[in-house]
Amino acid sequence: MSIIVGNETKLVISGLTGREGTFHGLRNRDYGTDVVAGVTPKKGGQDVEGIPIFDTIKEAVDGRGANTSMIFVPARFAAAAMNEAIDAGIETVITITEHIPVHDMLDIYWKAREAGVRMIGPNCPGVLSPGKANVGIIPAQFFQRGSIGVVSKSGTLTYQIGNELKQAGLGNSTIVGIGGDPIVGSDFIDILELFENDDETELIVMVGEIGGDAEERAADYIAEHVSKPVVAYIAGFTAPPGKQMGHAGAIISGSSGTAEAKKQALEAQGIRVGKSPTETAQLAAETIGAKA
Amino acid sequence: MDLLEYQGKQLFARHGVPVPDGRVADTVEAAVAAAEEIGYPCVIKAQVQIGGRGKAGGIKVATNREEAGEHAKAILGMDIRGPRGEGPFTVHQVWIEGASQIESEYYASIILDRSAKKLLAMLSTMGGMNVEEIAEKDPDALVRRHVEPHEGFGESQANALVADAGVDEDARAKTAEMMVRLLNAFNESDATLIEVNPMVVTGDRDVIALDSKVTIDNSALFRHEDLAGLEEGFIEDPQERMAKEKGLTYVKLDGDIGILGNGAGLCMSTLDVVAQAGGKPANFLDAGGGSKADAIVDALEVITSDEKVKAILFNIFGGITRGDEIAKGIIEASQRVDIDVPLVVRLDGTNSEEGLGLLADADLPNLHVEKTMLGAAEKVVELAGTS
Repeated sequence: MSIIVGNETKLVISGLTGREGTFHGLRNRDYGTDVVAGVTPKKGGQDVEGIPIFDTIKEAVDGRGANTSMIFVPARFAAAAMNEAIDAGIETVITITEHIPVHDMLDIYWKAREAGVRMIGPNCPGVLSPGKANVGIIPAQFFQRGSIGVVSKSGTLTYQIGNELKQAGLGNSTIVGIGGDPIVGSDFIDILELFENDDETELIVMVGEIGGDAEERAADYIAEHVSKPVVAYIAGFTAPPGKQMGHAGAIISGSSGTAEAKKQALEAQGIRVGKSPTETAQLAAETIGAKA
Repeated sequence: MDLLEYQGKQLFARHGVPVPDGRVADTVEAAVAAAEEIGYPCVIKAQVQIGGRGKAGGIKVATNREEAGEHAKAILGMDIRGPRGEGPFTVHQVWIEGASQIESEYYASIILDRSAKKLLAMLSTMGGMNVEEIAEKDPDALVRRHVEPHEGFGESQANALVADAGVDEDARAKTAEMMVRLLNAFNESDATLIEVNPMVVTGDRDVIALDSKVTIDNSALFRHEDLAGLEEGFIEDPQERMAKEKGLTYVKLDGDIGILGNGAGLCMSTLDVVAQAGGKPANFLDAGGGSKADAIVDALEVITSDEKVKAILFNIFGGITRGDEIAKGIIEASQRVDIDVPLVVRLDGTNSEEGLGLLADADLPNLHVEKTMLGAAEKVVELAGTS
């Protein structure tokens, strides 16, 4: 199966006509993703190397059957593009754009939840299901098809771990970059649930970093709801504690947000945590080996 | 972006949140003039972005002109360290405000609850101490209320919060009004944190904000010209200041191995792996996505300007970043910047082969290429130990 993106994905890209949008949009198509349309206001009727451009996402949904949208527009236009995608009836919205105001994301988060739309990102590298579809900026050549699901807050760290897995002869069902912003459309828990229900996924690698308490909540969720083995990695053990601006953040989460606190929360639920990306890949390989 | 106390209070005042009348000053003369205008007793407060100013002697009450001068002289230029040893932060500005007659001290804050994806308003009648102490001493004394997306936070929500917190009957209406105004200020200025500690009830039963901690979302500054133009706290560290001018994400650490990575996660992971190999990172520097050669030259300038640095590690896994651009940056930097310490480079990902080819052709002295992240970490630790 794989999750979120796959053979059934029909992708419309907001911002396809921009320089980066064109570069990555065409790379996604070359990989085999069914890129059905691009959207840029006032450029409807044009095309980017054969991909038709529309003025609105609605036209791409009605005319080309788009079901997934990738947002690749500058930050100050991104909220409008995400709203447009939700209103147009898109099922999955994947936002690559970084520096989107967090208050905008709060509004969009609830709007998407109520509309039943799956949001990934913002400020994320996208989603790759090796051999099927790549939506975003993940360099697909460093991953191969297999049975490990990866969910990560960090882009480049995901590439590092994916590459280590590949060198260990392992591949991936889907790699999901959820992004590291304060408000993201999907948390670790949302993606863990999808992997748990995905036939193709046998093991899950979760890559976290300091800040917030998403890893701690994921640890509790895994203990209760995930039957598949999970291996984790946390970055930021040597990161300096951030300058303190009030302590209200730590109080509500009940966690200090440090790497050590996250590691302990995960290990307390029996989840193995790698010391380095390399060791994390080794733990995944061992676990899969023991299972086979 | 963290606002200084006085900037936060000015923001409060614009949103109708009562604050004491005050002036900012950066010289003793200006401070005395401000004190004379405001009248006595007045409070002279160090403007630094760190807690614990009172304990450090950065907040003093003046009852006459002479004392105002003495206190301003003592506070301006003083170095203040935070409760966890942060800093030191040198005081470049003081805020002078009329002294308030304090009957009760409350704690109030509004924050973004990342887990619940909602704003959270908190209120306690145990003000003055920090929120962690309140939560520890008497968790029930800290009342919390989420702002529901379709409901918002108006008079009725504020009244419930204030009643739950056990605010004195005759201060409830004004406290509730302040909470609503703080929430409006939070939303209208794209804040991610507002903390008022203490919020005080005066002898006249007025409720005023005696301190402010405000963080504004940097990503939203484009729609807040008034805030974007504010002078930020002076950055003391020369490398951090230089990095900020060049638009680099840099944090100074106390070790001797300079680090550059692309992406915050990989960069943090690099610090961890270097530490595990027995080394001490000198900095965190995230070159970001899609770095071009110029950014690499800038980054090397910042890293090498730190005299403690004995060796440098570049750990790059290119996605949107291209290895050939990184290599070009390193080669260009070697001509423009005086790099007299060994440089270990690990280059993987997009166009890494082209990049490695360029580095091989350039044949730079003191440059070591390593294939893996762990190998590169071990190598740089070894080189830092011997140089």
